[in-house]
Amino acid sequence: MSQTYTTIIGLEVHVQLATDSKLFCGCSTQFGAEPNTQTCPVCIGMPGSLPVMNREAYDLSLKTAVAVNCEIPEFTKWDRKQYFYPDLPKGYQISQYDLPMSANGYLEIHDEKDRFEPKRVRITRAHLEEDAGKSVHDEQAGTADSEIDLNRTGTPLLEIVSEPDMRSSAEARAYLSELKLLLTYLGVSDCNMQEGSLRVDANVNLHLDTDEGKVATPIVEIKNMNSFRAVERALDYEAQRQFRVWQETGKKIGDSPKQTRGWDDAAGITRGQRSKEESSDYRYFPDPDLVPIIVTSEQIQEVKDALGELPADFRNRLIREFGLSSYDTDVLVNQGREVVDYFLEVAEHCDDAKAACNWVTQEVLRALKERESIISEFAISATNLAGLIQAIVEGKLPKTRAKDAFELMMVDGIDVASTVDRLGIEQVDESALESLCQELLDANPKIVADVQSGKPQAVGALIGQAKKRNPNVDPGRVREICLKLAQQE
Amino acid sequence: MSVVEHSASELLELLARGDASSVEITQAYLDRIATDDKQIGAFLHVDPDAALKQAADVDRRRKAGKQIGKLAGLPVAVKDVLCDSDTLTTCASQMLKSFRAPYNSTVVAKLKAADAVLIGRTNMDEFAMGGSTENSSFQLTRNPWDRDRVPGGSSGGAAACVAAGMAPLSVGTDTGGSIRQPAGLCGVVGMKPTYGRVSRFGLVAFASSLDQVGPLSRSTKDAALLLETLAGHDPQDATSLDTEVPRYTASIDQPLEGLRLGIVREHFAEGLDKEVEAAVREAIKVYESLGATVKEISLPHSKYAVATYYVIAPSEASSNLARYDGVHYGHRTDRAALLEELAAERKQLEAAGDQAALDALDSSLVRMYRKSRSEGFGSEVKRRIMLGAYALSAGYYDAYYLKALKVRRLIRQDFDAAFEEVDLIAGPVTAQPAFKIGEMADDPLAMYLVDLYTVSANLAGLPGISIPCGFSKSGLPIGLQLQARPLAEETLFRGARMFEQATDWHQRRPGADSRAKKH
Repeated sequence: MSQTYTTIIGLEVHVQLATDSKLFCGCSTQFGAEPNTQTCPVCIGMPGSLPVMNREAYDLSLKTAVAVNCEIPEFTKWDRKQYFYPDLPKGYQISQYDLPMSANGYLEIHDEKDRFEPKRVRITRAHLEEDAGKSVHDEQAGTADSEIDLNRTGTPLLEIVSEPDMRSSAEARAYLSELKLLLTYLGVSDCNMQEGSLRVDANVNLHLDTDEGKVATPIVEIKNMNSFRAVERALDYEAQRQFRVWQETGKKIGDSPKQTRGWDDAAGITRGQRSKEESSDYRYFPDPDLVPIIVTSEQIQEVKDALGELPADFRNRLIREFGLSSYDTDVLVNQGREVVDYFLEVAEHCDDAKAACNWVTQEVLRALKERESIISEFAISATNLAGLIQAIVEGKLPKTRAKDAFELMMVDGIDVASTVDRLGIEQVDESALESLCQELLDANPKIVADVQSGKPQAVGALIGQAKKRNPNVDPGRVREICLKLAQQE
Repeated sequence: MSVVEHSASELLELLARGDASSVEITQAYLDRIATDDKQIGAFLHVDPDAALKQAADVDRRRKAGKQIGKLAGLPVAVKDVLCDSDTLTTCASQMLKSFRAPYNSTVVAKLKAADAVLIGRTNMDEFAMGGSTENSSFQLTRNPWDRDRVPGGSSGGAAACVAAGMAPLSVGTDTGGSIRQPAGLCGVVGMKPTYGRVSRFGLVAFASSLDQVGPLSRSTKDAALLLETLAGHDPQDATSLDTEVPRYTASIDQPLEGLRLGIVREHFAEGLDKEVEAAVREAIKVYESLGATVKEISLPHSKYAVATYYVIAPSEASSNLARYDGVHYGHRTDRAALLEELAAERKQLEAAGDQAALDALDSSLVRMYRKSRSEGFGSEVKRRIMLGAYALSAGYYDAYYLKALKVRRLIRQDFDAAFEEVDLIAGPVTAQPAFKIGEMADDPLAMYLVDLYTVSANLAGLPGISIPCGFSKSGLPIGLQLQARPLAEETLFRGARMFEQATDWHQRRPGADSRAKKH
């Protein structure tokens, strides 16, 4: 049976904002502290304690919302989302319900390998909320006791909800990568998935063409995906699973309530979660302890003006100003803002932007990867790398010695002039080169004979000898001259 | 004259002149508490040693010429709903019966900074829910004027201790009338400031958008004195108002020239006790005699105030009290008994082969929640949590909570319009004088109507004050309520003081007869 289906995907992304302190109290948000050491009466919900909004968290969320092209309403408020859970000490989470701080945005996505057409994924809303604590279920100890760590409680989260505009796991991944890149450029989050700074839930179902027309399968929310790779795998698995279930049961959307399934990465499957954990009436209502936030259009404009260049802007500029390919542009931009800035500085200080791009995307990134280092700690400054490239352009540094120079500069952090000096690099003049070649030919009559009998590749053996005699020679030139002289004999 | 007959302002003068020490004054009140509070039951907790130590400390610093606070050496009682790190904060609930906050409420911190002697923690309706203090899960408080009657509530202990001369000043909280109503029923002054005038930080929340801390005292001047200490912006409370606190005591003796007094038509409707009505009308005449113009006004939406209040307050309460779940602090049910109970139920269901019931059986966590909350809360608190949870439920929210918010706005608009025409609104505090203990125990709805005249000020966020304005034939105090524009506390105090200076109701004390009456 060859029925076709379309996968419909919407993503909810929770981003932990990079504030020093929590959303409604002064406690630190530092990850990894001893359990329950970063708490106070406010975030653990003690009687009489009151929340006071952290303005920095709101500012970061505003910056993000503007960057994903959201509309910012002039009035936003806080609501309580109520449910009982041991890691939610107040019995409610302070969130935003019907008047979120932003709505109706979008993010442009594309695929560097052109697996899908560039598209615009609409963003329904982005709202601020406080995180819950962490329950540690210690089942191995055999006591079945659970422990609660409230360090995370009250950490600011921005929940970014997309429309169901993605049609494949590749699109979903591209959306996540682009979003993460954007957040990183904005500096609003470290986006560390392992530490929970970026969490993804996916809503997915299938649209099928049947004899009765178009039908949709019940929507499933997938949780517990701890990497972008896991998101891709879970979506692929879930689409296949839903198709199988559709074939077996014919259940359509509306026939069963929305289901929540957890991704089991080791097993590579999604598993249904108990229905008790799903259906809840959160009894949302405006939090009377907090005052609404009013934003003026001037404030929004200020935020817009201060955004600076974002990934999409950089891509356009790198293509337009430097004539880079879109592939190279992606490589640079996807490395993050610091790498782009580094490239721009290199390009500015030398006359060959294309070479600058090649050096950065190949040698520099390789070196960083090998050293598990980052660009800000890289030993070759942008001006030094530009000097290296410029030396090649100006013929002061033979291309063949460029990598040696690069390696030395990386170890010693010195500029190109000192490097050239240290390596003893000097230009070999044409007559010196000719006499060197002649000497080599004279010493190797067999090679001369081979060349003359139509085996020009025989000169290859001389190139190595030439380099031994003088490391500054250009192997191409040695080859050319040797061939010419051999023919003349 | 015994020390305990003095007003707070007089006591401060005695202290300043060196005619009395804080230790002497504190001891006098402690003695009164020791003899009388067994009958009254105003205090949940008194620590005489700690109070005397504070008093001695203030005396020593005063003698040494050191800087001392505004209320230095003056005993102040605090309702057991305001966190104080030096003592328990129980909210008169089993849920918090051994709860000690690791922080001070802003109000308590201010009292401490003012060098007040914190003499004891006063009884209240559990979590401030009630109008008679009968909902305290620890003890009854009796009205000092008639010990068969309630003191009102929820700040019943706060009002009774002042009426009975067991403290010159006390701090209460008012969510729907919880300061003004007991003040009226106990014949003392009780004032609810503008919402946001006093910080709510460390006030254990009942209904956050309505709760406000305020003073109870024997005179308006004392109330003004205490409010000066309590009021002010607090960065720890996002709803606290960032405006200067006037020196109420400096202006309080200036009568209001050309005072326009509003009388609310709807206040004098069916259900108002004749004696109360007579006393209030008499009080209005006093104002006329002092040169005030009296104008009848209408607050057309006031008839919805109680209904609106009993949607909004329980809704917020249901949320505010969700944190008492037995997980982090407060009462938690006995673990062994819980596990035993669950095991027995499981066994029984297994024997009966009832799979559906087995599937629906609580997890130990859910059962822990159920039992802890069920044991920790009293019936009125549970009733309000259920009312609120219902009103906020999906499908009901618009019809109840949202509609209540809209009516609340209309109520505020009524007041805004009224205050275009008048400076103060005068009327009854309650429809009847103090009722008998147990009289309304089986009729929660009748109890809710006790708030009829007071809830509007909370819904509209206005300041209001209750001052003594007469007595029933049976000798029960009757209160006059004055209400003013938001942040017009100064006008409110001056207006109240005019009446106080023209009358002597506030000087009456519960008689020796009443004090001697045995139970």
